Amino acid sequence: MRHIISVLLENEPGSLARVVGLFAQRGYNIDSLTVAPTEDATMSRLTLVTHGNDQVIEQITKQLHKLIEVVKLQDLSESAHVERELMLIKVKATSGEHRDEVKRCADIFRGQIIDVTAKTYTIQVVGTSDKLDAFIEALKGASIIEVVRSGVSGIARGEKTLTL
Amino acid sequence: MTSQNTKPEMLSGAAMVIRALADEGVEYLYGYPGGAVLHIYDALFQQSKVKHVLVRHEQAATHMADAYARASGKAGVVLVTSGPGATNAVTGIATAYMDSIPMVVLTGQVMSHLIGEDAFQETDMLGISRPIVKHNMSVRRPEDIPYLIKKAFYIAQSGRPGPVVLDIPKDMTMPNERYPYQYPESIKLRSYNPTAAGHPGQIKKAVTALLKAKRPVIYAGGGVIMGQAAEELTELARKLNYPVTNTLMGLGAYPAADRQFVGMLGMHGSYEANMTMHHADVILAVGARFDDRVTNNTKKFCPDATIIHIDIDPASISKTINAHIPIVGLVKPVLAAMLAQLEQKKAQPDAPALATWWQQIDEWRAVHGGRYDNDTPVLKPQAVIEAVSRITKGEAYVTSDVGQHQMFAAQYYQFNKPNRWINSGGLGTMGFGLPAAMGVKLNYPDADVVCVTGEGSIQMNIQELSTCKQYGLGVKIINLNNGYLGMVKQWQDMNYESRYASSYMDSLPDFVKLAEAYGHVGIRVTKPEELQPALERAFASKDQLVFLDIHVDPKEHVYPMQVPGGAINEMFLSKTKRT
Ligand SMILES: Cc1cc2nc3c(=O)[nH]c(=O)nc-3n(C[C@H](O)[C@H](O)[C@H](O)COP(=O)(O)OP(=O)(O)OC[C@H]3O[C@@H](n4cnc5c(N)ncnc54)[C@H](O)[C@@H]3O)c2cc1C
Ligand SMILES: Cc1ncc(C[n+]2csc(CCOP(=O)(O)OP(=O)(O)O)c2C)c(N)n1
Ligand SMILES: [Mg+2]
Repeated sequence: MRHIISVLLENEPGSLARVVGLFAQRGYNIDSLTVAPTEDATMSRLTLVTHGNDQVIEQITKQLHKLIEVVKLQDLSESAHVERELMLIKVKATSGEHRDEVKRCADIFRGQIIDVTAKTYTIQVVGTSDKLDAFIEALKGASIIEVVRSGVSGIARGEKTLTL
Repeated sequence: MTSQNTKPEMLSGAAMVIRALADEGVEYLYGYPGGAVLHIYDALFQQSKVKHVLVRHEQAATHMADAYARASGKAGVVLVTSGPGATNAVTGIATAYMDSIPMVVLTGQVMSHLIGEDAFQETDMLGISRPIVKHNMSVRRPEDIPYLIKKAFYIAQSGRPGPVVLDIPKDMTMPNERYPYQYPESIKLRSYNPTAAGHPGQIKKAVTALLKAKRPVIYAGGGVIMGQAAEELTELARKLNYPVTNTLMGLGAYPAADRQFVGMLGMHGSYEANMTMHHADVILAVGARFDDRVTNNTKKFCPDATIIHIDIDPASISKTINAHIPIVGLVKPVLAAMLAQLEQKKAQPDAPALATWWQQIDEWRAVHGGRYDNDTPVLKPQAVIEAVSRITKGEAYVTSDVGQHQMFAAQYYQFNKPNRWINSGGLGTMGFGLPAAMGVKLNYPDADVVCVTGEGSIQMNIQELSTCKQYGLGVKIINLNNGYLGMVKQWQDMNYESRYASSYMDSLPDFVKLAEAYGHVGIRVTKPEELQPALERAFASKDQLVFLDIHVDPKEHVYPMQVPGGAINEMFLSKTKRT
């Protein structure tokens, strides 16, 4: 099953390498990984998307906890949460008809065209990973030139938090 | 003395390293000098509190420090230079990591501004050691040195112990740049705060389950040894009159001579220990990690058992075998809490069920009982270990290398006290035995320290005979010389129709002459009747290193041995018999 794990990490040199190394060393999957500082400059927040059976996920959270620089973590997928991913996608858009179709499609997905040339559109879409997958699927007709995805960021709904 | 108006002392980074070790109470530092750590060595030279032991290869320094930790419970400390000095220490760090042994390793590093430039003797030691340490750090400001050293000891020794590497760039130790020195009394980290006491509710549940058991067993491991809890374990076991088995790492946690002890369990465990485990209805696992050398096929593991698992590391619990009653905590306070509850409760163990259970166990004991064929003109390795056990009254510190000799030592030496059996279980490092014996002997000069080894393993760190001479380390080397990489040969006998691919060593040295060349005494034993006099000669003195080159039966196998892929109770009992 797919899990989204949020981690508060001491912002020390090498601490990210430790997290990534753990996954490589123990043969766990990383589907996506995002990391950036928080409002507290001494800590980074990671969002990790992984999959595995319950036993594997239990080991992943336990092993992450064991890393000295991991301050706190939370398996977001265990309760209500919001997840978002950002995608920038560059597509060929040459004929007038073609350009209209791409634009319509972007509108449906609430994407924004953020760069235009005579031959291309670059579109920004934000949403769940599923939504971004669906957008790529919908654009299959138009030839996709380049795709950049940020990886998932997530946060728990309601009162639940992952803070110090 | 008030510290308010006394100005802190000003020390160089190098002096701070040594001073912090002294303030931590470190007596010995095991190491080898080189360019990146010369400032530190110079600071060492200028004081006398911390003594340095110069080994002949950095691997030996790590094993010495590691064995000191296994015997004393306190972290051993290593100092090596950058590059090859640091990489030579890697096997020793991994050995300590796999067995959860506290150790602090100080590695030199090139000057900060050269890092990343492939400078002379630069290796990324933080990167190399990351998967084999509990934690690693580097010094970025000389004034942080006291804090970082305190932090290294705190992390190495608390929770589940393990090795910590501190990488020190040379420019952090400049002799002429001084900084205020103050050694922190304690350290608190917001991201690391291991629990000590177990959850009271879980402990209650565990006691209830234990008292209900009809076929109980206590399975104790290395966590009891390093957690200094042998006393509590023994008290609990005696109070309940339950059988006890120890892992390879747990030998000595419960006295081997006691009737309730059923021997080691696992791959080369006793028949009765493995049978007791397999048929148990309640297993109390204490500081043991259900290693694959214990469980054999996890799918067939102990089908009827309710498993209570006490471990300080949540990741050890339900990793390979699901625990029904997990208790996260240090074994010592958790066992003490269990004892206190037993005291309170009026309930007693089920006496009739227990009587039947003991009767069954005694029947299993009669089946194999560690018997081996000793009716031969060639000396049997098992007989040698039994003789060593007798002459040292089961009180010696016994270190070992890796192979058949290690298993014979584990099976036939009677370990009645904790912290006396010192071997590499998790990594299985050949070359561990001699330096380990040295680390123990240096710190316990009045004790008998025995290194059980094989002609293959001893050659992996044979150069340390020179260190032994320099520091007068009178260890007794029991070289069970079978002329083969015996453990490999045994597997080739059992699984490869005796095709001995590279398991025979030609051109072995004359070990007696070799010992003499290093300034020690060497004795060769080739016949059974020569053994006792040789042992008596060897153990007559405490400070003479004696190398006993004992020629034993090259055909001997270690039994019992679990059948691959089988349950814990499926074993070969001899070359011709299996369960
Ligand atoms: C040739 C060879 C053959 C072997 N055959 C066998 C065999 O037949 N039988 C066998 O048992 N082993 C055997 N081994 C060893 C095996 O590989 C493992 O090293 C061993 O089984 C692990 O022992 P353990 O479970 O006691 O765990 P250890 O490695 O000693 O780990 C200790 C556990 O206790 C926990 N712990 C540590 N301190 C505390 C504390 N204070 N409080 C609470 N918990 C704590 C740790 O978190 C860890 O989970 C063999 C090794 C070799 C090289
Ligand atoms: C450094 C290292 N290399 C290889 C091995 C694999 N190995 C395990 S036991 C063994 C044979 C050991 O031979 P010896 O020391 O003579 O002991 P014996 O089994 O003959 O008693 C080998 C090669 C190991 N454990 N460690
Ligand atoms: Mg041999």
